[in-house]
Amino acid sequence: MSNSVINWFKYASPATFYPLAGRLVPWFSGLAVLLIAWGLWIGLFVAPTDAQQSEGYRIIFVHVPASWLSMFIYCVMAFWSALGLAFNTRLSGMLTAALAPTGALFAFLSLWTGALWGKPMWGAWWVWDARLTSQLILFFLYLGFIALQSAIDDPRRADRAGALLALVGVVNIPIIYFSVQWWNTLHQGASVSLTKAPSMAHIMLEGMLIMALGFWSYAIAVVLTRVRCIILERELTSEWVKRNAVD
Amino acid sequence: MQWTSVQDFLTMRGYGLYVWGSFGACALGMLIEPLWVRQRLRTIQSRLPKRELNG
Repeated sequence: MSNSVINWFKYASPATFYPLAGRLVPWFSGLAVLLIAWGLWIGLFVAPTDAQQSEGYRIIFVHVPASWLSMFIYCVMAFWSALGLAFNTRLSGMLTAALAPTGALFAFLSLWTGALWGKPMWGAWWVWDARLTSQLILFFLYLGFIALQSAIDDPRRADRAGALLALVGVVNIPIIYFSVQWWNTLHQGASVSLTKAPSMAHIMLEGMLIMALGFWSYAIAVVLTRVRCIILERELTSEWVKRNAVD
Repeated sequence: MQWTSVQDFLTMRGYGLYVWGSFGACALGMLIEPLWVRQRLRTIQSRLPKRELNG
């Protein structure tokens, strides 16, 4: 049995994470393009017309991936926040800060595509429904995080303040997810869940999941690029930036 | 293939505003953000000392 010990903290330092992120970005970018193209092909050309919603249901191929991602990104932010507060690691704060704008974008896209889906199906762009309202709160949490961090000059203090907000706000995620069960909402229940068979046609489900994977790859590529920006901005004067050839 | 004509596809049988409004907003957001982030990275990297870092 080889006694090589896995050094889990090898990539916990910005100096070693920066080149790693640089190597990963092209792969995830390429994966995103391929998956989204494939998902669009299925979503727009292969998936059949829906019996009830006709072609309007095709919005599901962007609305659900964006919604899932907006919730998942906030959970990842909360994870890094907890880690950053526990271990006082600089990279955790950088990753949390790098995630927020992309999370905010997808929270907005979730609300936007939801409104465009709601108008033809419910007759209203917006209703104060539990699901929509908690998603709106998520969007404001993202904006609040970004505003809080930019209001504090010292990056490390900004990280700690942001971490607290991210951890407090994470309670909103299960509220969003279970809102369709806890309250009597206009928004439909989960078509896809881990506990029961999906209540949608297989090809539609396939297209939606492929688009979701494509959106995730996109988010990873953009966040890794942004975290490289933050690493350089914060470590501009440090030795490793001067010494190393940074590609 | 679901569509009998390009017209059919573009109008989405009456749902064109909503479907293309959704796909269009996602495309816009997911095109602008990477360009913005990449520009930010270029800007910072251009401020790094030339000899070691931009070789």
